[in-house]
Amino acid sequence: MASPKHTLIALVEDRPGVLNRVASLFRRRGFNIQSLTVGPSEIPNLSRMTIVVDGVNTQVEQVSKQLYKVIDVVKVSELTEDESVVRELALVKVSTPPGARSEVIEITSIYRANIVDVAPDCLIVEVTGTEDKVEALIQLLRPYGIREIVRTGRTAMARGASRATPAEEATPGGRQVKHGVS
Amino acid sequence: MAKLKGAEIILECLAREGVEVVFGVPGGANLPLYDYLRKYPQIRHVLVRHEQAAAHAADAYARVTGQVGVCFATSGPGATNLITGIANAQLDSVPMVCITGQVVSPNIGKDAFQETDMTGISLPVTKHNYLVMDGEDLAPVMREAFHIARTGRPGPVLVDVPRDIQQQEYEFHWPERVSLLGYKPTLDGHPTQIKKAARLINEAERPLIIAGHGVIIAGAEAELRQLAERAQIPVTTTLLGIGGFPAHHVLDLGMTGMHGMAWANLALVHCDVMVAIGMRMDDRVTGKTSAFASQATIIHIDIDPAEIGKNVRAHVPIVGDARHVLKALLKEVEHRTHAEWLAQFDTWRRDHPSIAIRETEEMLPTYVVREIYEATKGEAFVTTGVGQHQMWAAQFYRFVHSKRWVTSGGVGTMGFGLPAALGVQAAFPDAPVWVIDGDGSFQMTLQELATVAQEKMPIKVAILNNGFLGMVRQWQELFYDRNYAATPMFNPDYVKLAEAFGLAGRRVERKEDVRGAIEWAMETPGCVILDFAVAPEENVYPMIPSGATVHDMIEEPAPARIELPGRSKEETPAWPVPSTR
Repeated sequence: MASPKHTLIALVEDRPGVLNRVASLFRRRGFNIQSLTVGPSEIPNLSRMTIVVDGVNTQVEQVSKQLYKVIDVVKVSELTEDESVVRELALVKVSTPPGARSEVIEITSIYRANIVDVAPDCLIVEVTGTEDKVEALIQLLRPYGIREIVRTGRTAMARGASRATPAEEATPGGRQVKHGVS
Repeated sequence: MAKLKGAEIILECLAREGVEVVFGVPGGANLPLYDYLRKYPQIRHVLVRHEQAAAHAADAYARVTGQVGVCFATSGPGATNLITGIANAQLDSVPMVCITGQVVSPNIGKDAFQETDMTGISLPVTKHNYLVMDGEDLAPVMREAFHIARTGRPGPVLVDVPRDIQQQEYEFHWPERVSLLGYKPTLDGHPTQIKKAARLINEAERPLIIAGHGVIIAGAEAELRQLAERAQIPVTTTLLGIGGFPAHHVLDLGMTGMHGMAWANLALVHCDVMVAIGMRMDDRVTGKTSAFASQATIIHIDIDPAEIGKNVRAHVPIVGDARHVLKALLKEVEHRTHAEWLAQFDTWRRDHPSIAIRETEEMLPTYVVREIYEATKGEAFVTTGVGQHQMWAAQFYRFVHSKRWVTSGGVGTMGFGLPAALGVQAAFPDAPVWVIDGDGSFQMTLQELATVAQEKMPIKVAILNNGFLGMVRQWQELFYDRNYAATPMFNPDYVKLAEAFGLAGRRVERKEDVRGAIEWAMETPGCVILDFAVAPEENVYPMIPSGATVHDMIEEPAPARIELPGRSKEETPAWPVPSTR
């Protein structure tokens, strides 16, 4: 049986090396990362990471405890499938053999995906959605000849009022140390 | 605000943090730091002969004083030499700040001379680390480094400072307080959990306390004793928990684990409630985790939430500082007697005399340790390397006081003993400090005898010399069909070695000379090396093999010598042994 996927959201101080600290932790503790995305949050100097890990609940609990030990990690929360919005973006460069272009465009529009680049013999399709949706579109496009795929990995947010930020700590009180490369 | 050179800012911060001793080695990339040391006479610098020793000395200094240990190293090899010592401090939760020089900032990433990526290399073995690329950050970083090192679960913090940052001038602002968004250690245990734990303790029939290093780090020795005495709970300790509960106390069981006392390990099997305090369920303690304390409801108190449930499931987890939690627990715990349970230990102690020393003409290493213990009245600071001698010291030197036993636990760093003694003696210049070492461990860092001589430290070194990497040989004997591959060792003449450093030495070959030699060492001013030619193939018992259970415990076998294949015990060994002097 495949281990279930878990989505963790980590709010981290935006210091150089923080991605390395988190990635290194996963490597040395033997945890499997499926995907990791990172970008600025709504709070200055704090970034939010979406980390998808495999494993049973106890392992995931251990991951989150270990994440907390990284000094630059401010908050870790686990999102459940039901109570969160989960999205992934993929760019798919698909061949359009003569006569096939309109079929590809049709499939794309059914999936509410966008065509973002057109060349004589191929298109780039941009699709956003759950991993299942992205996967399904890719399967449908495969017969036409897929030349290249890039996927962002999962990014996620809790539904409703709850947010993956400690409300009382949302304002960074500390000074930002300008570290160099690390 | 005054403008100060980066190097001065670092030293000013050290002075303000109350640092009295620094261990280190100068080099190209930290010379500005050394240049300004003269302006800070309140900071004593101890020049070691290898940076590993600087880290171990700072580590030991921190363990016995409770203060943050500090060491300096230059870039490249100087800094990488610290790594073993940093890893050692990390796994044993020792507060330490390591300041390393780095190549000038424009050269970073260019593979400059003596450049290594220290923040990268040290990342997995530090609690946190910094590369300071702007001198304005120096004071806040130093403040944060000390704060992180000493609070919560203590650990080493590395601060890497390029040489040009040390040389330029910056405004100096001492931050009054440290505010780290992502770092707020929990000190007080959750009241509901404490109530639950207290109820379990009050209802227990066969309770057991297992006390780790956390008790000592938190300064919770008095609270531990109160808890044990009030509820009449026997106390066993981990290797690093030794001293946290007084030896000879009627409730003291001594050490548990792989080479722990049989009765302590039997108690693990039979207890119904286990109170684990400030310990991390290391495999050397638990053995096979699925069989560990299988009858017990486990209350696990630790300041590091990640330790709870990591190796062994805790029924009542309590995250908090051992002292805070025990204080709260004491309000709820009632008087109990547990007469039947305590009487059980008399039987176990009688049937499994784990630390009885057998009568023999030979000079047993256990006998030597007991003689040192008796001659020093159990009052000395004892440091060790790692191996058989370490286990014998843990078993036979009984500590009534906390913070006198200094040993490398988690990482198991051979060669820790002598550098650690440097750190202890620097903290307490007049205190009796003994290194109980093995010949293997001692040879890993014996260059530090030069430091000992230069600093005129009266450290007493007892080498339990069996001509082997003894613990490895024991494993070969028990688990590798006695194939003694690469364990027999040549040893130098330690008396001549001592003399070469201007120190005193004596080789002891007869059992009846042991006590006299120890007393001679104690009377002789300065450092003394005693080279004890102990029985070469003595094993450490009891022993629970790695990953096994208490039922697999091997106890002291019949006192027959184990014959080596193709060699009788009278035959001269194949490696040279120094002659009697």
